[in-house]
Amino acid sequence: MSTMMYRDAVLSTIMEEMERDSDVVVLGEDIVGGMGTPGGPEAIGGIWSTSTGLFGKFGAERVIDTPISESAIIGAAAGLALSGKRPVAELMFADFIGVSLDQIWNQMAKFRYMFGGKTRCPAVIRMAYGAGYNAAAQHSQSVHQILTGMPGLKVVMPSTPADVKGLLRTAIRDDDPVIFLEHKALYAMSGEVPDDRDFMIPFGHARLTRAGGDVTLVSSGLLLGLCEAVADTLAAQGIGCDVIDLRTTSPLDEETILDSVETTGRFVVVDEAPPRCGLGADLCALVAEKAFSSLKAPPQQVTPPHTPIPFARELESAYLPSVEKIEAAVRRVLNWR
Amino acid sequence: MQFSRDALKAAYTRMKVIREFEERLHVEIQTGEIAGFTHLYCGQEAVAVGVCEHLGAQDRIVSTHRGHGHCLAKGCDVDAMMKEIWGSREGLCKGKGGSMHIADATKGMLGANGIVGAGAPIAVGAALASRVDGPGPDGLNIAIAFSGDGACNQGTTFEAMNLAVVTHAPCIFVFENNHYSEHTGFQYAVGTARDIASRAEAFGMKAWRADGTDFFAVYETMREVLAHVRGGGGPAAVEFDTERFFGHFEGDPQRYRAPDELSRIRATRDCLTKFRASVTSAGLLSDSDLDALDTEALDTIERAVTAARAAPRPTPEDVLSDVYISY
Repeated sequence: MSTMMYRDAVLSTIMEEMERDSDVVVLGEDIVGGMGTPGGPEAIGGIWSTSTGLFGKFGAERVIDTPISESAIIGAAAGLALSGKRPVAELMFADFIGVSLDQIWNQMAKFRYMFGGKTRCPAVIRMAYGAGYNAAAQHSQSVHQILTGMPGLKVVMPSTPADVKGLLRTAIRDDDPVIFLEHKALYAMSGEVPDDRDFMIPFGHARLTRAGGDVTLVSSGLLLGLCEAVADTLAAQGIGCDVIDLRTTSPLDEETILDSVETTGRFVVVDEAPPRCGLGADLCALVAEKAFSSLKAPPQQVTPPHTPIPFARELESAYLPSVEKIEAAVRRVLNWR
Repeated sequence: MQFSRDALKAAYTRMKVIREFEERLHVEIQTGEIAGFTHLYCGQEAVAVGVCEHLGAQDRIVSTHRGHGHCLAKGCDVDAMMKEIWGSREGLCKGKGGSMHIADATKGMLGANGIVGAGAPIAVGAALASRVDGPGPDGLNIAIAFSGDGACNQGTTFEAMNLAVVTHAPCIFVFENNHYSEHTGFQYAVGTARDIASRAEAFGMKAWRADGTDFFAVYETMREVLAHVRGGGGPAAVEFDTERFFGHFEGDPQRYRAPDELSRIRATRDCLTKFRASVTSAGLLSDSDLDALDTEALDTIERAVTAARAAPRPTPEDVLSDVYISY
């Protein structure tokens, strides 16, 4: 095992996979950084430090620094993938899916189906998502609720450096298009990571991070840590929470969720995307449909409100789920009747 | 030009098969037997064939909603295409794609596309894949984005042209200017009010212009373009001036046309008629040679339609397959 940061787990996994397989190529804006400037290539090395050193090691054919052209980046990734390569495209901010959505949704997600199962589109689109930096409405969003609803895509939301390692490797080696969502506020998180260069975590297998038995808490990404903090606080008061990290929202590990709810009868989902037609609503519907007889209280969602993400510190804090809001939801389901 | 009789026959046959494929669909669609939206390529055959006769299976193309001609020219199977349009589970895409989504990656045909302008970035990606692989004995494998004068106004096309120039990708943007983006005239919709090729030049690539109703003009132009791109000269563009013999979609009343326009372009701008005049006047092929090929093409289409009608239908279970490779 090694200790490394979440962002270094991203970079080292890409590096290892590029060394292993010459079909792996990366592309995105400023992933080299400094092209066409006095500072020269790699003056920056990517704004998230998730591509530093790739250009020098693998060259311009496999490390493609692009103009700010998100449709072309994703479209080129689609074309590379249809042509036998394994592109790993970076969207600098997840919010930029807005300008490239056709290539994600109408193109790469649908190729295999539209073409009768006769093509492969092994593309990974990495994107930095999430709030917490007062970056306001266009640089802070969680977009998994949009993408999870699109048949043909797989959607991955790692919450630890080890999960980055295992899930990103799986994503790069996967033959379907994969959306890989990296939370900005986790990039500096440090954790133990296996050294095995074939360490992979299969998609659709959630992780039970706390076993308590009284309430089921489901989350992913940054908010998983808040759920664990709440669980630890409540455990000291004799209240046991099952905390489930989804890891992937598509495919969805229904079994792990339903198994827990059948024991606890109480369900809280904590999500960073707005409440309507989102992951929280989806999972509440799941437990209502498939675990109704086990339920002792109505399923609860802890999400931001149905508003854009505000800028000011006080407003963003008020907008986001917090340990207080999560704990209140847990107490609501515990105290129901 | 140096064409053997066999090469001339092959090119003519490909164009004629596309023509009869489309003319037959025009008839069959009116019976209601074929579902969905269909956009016919009739009139533009010399472009698809004049371009694709130069290509190998390792060269890739990306097509449009008006894609039957590109598919056939790149080698997609006639019977499997007809079955696809009929919605059979034996169709090239198992009846899941239909007219606007025909693809055969094994032939380097990366897909017709229902979204206008979506193909150009995908073609740049295919060209970047070729750049990773590097040149073979005949130079680089290339990728072609077929686009119409409608797609030339999409931002995706602009992004793709710039990305191709910046990355020096072996990509060719083939603009088929048939003077109509759906139901709107080129003179209105393309603000340069001049041509499309000059836009490509403005993005920093070399561009060519030629008569898209003259197979030999297309073919000879593409020889130059391909030499430039395969040789590592970077991306290029070609604008072919051509004609659309039918409406935007089947069922389009075409009230935007001049009263005599369709009969005039059929009389003066038909690529098959022009091909016949060229090769017979030069003594390369005779009218009876070409008549025999016409009969063969009609037979090919008749057989394809008969097979498509008899082909098995998909089952409700087929809805669920082919979304993912693994899930």
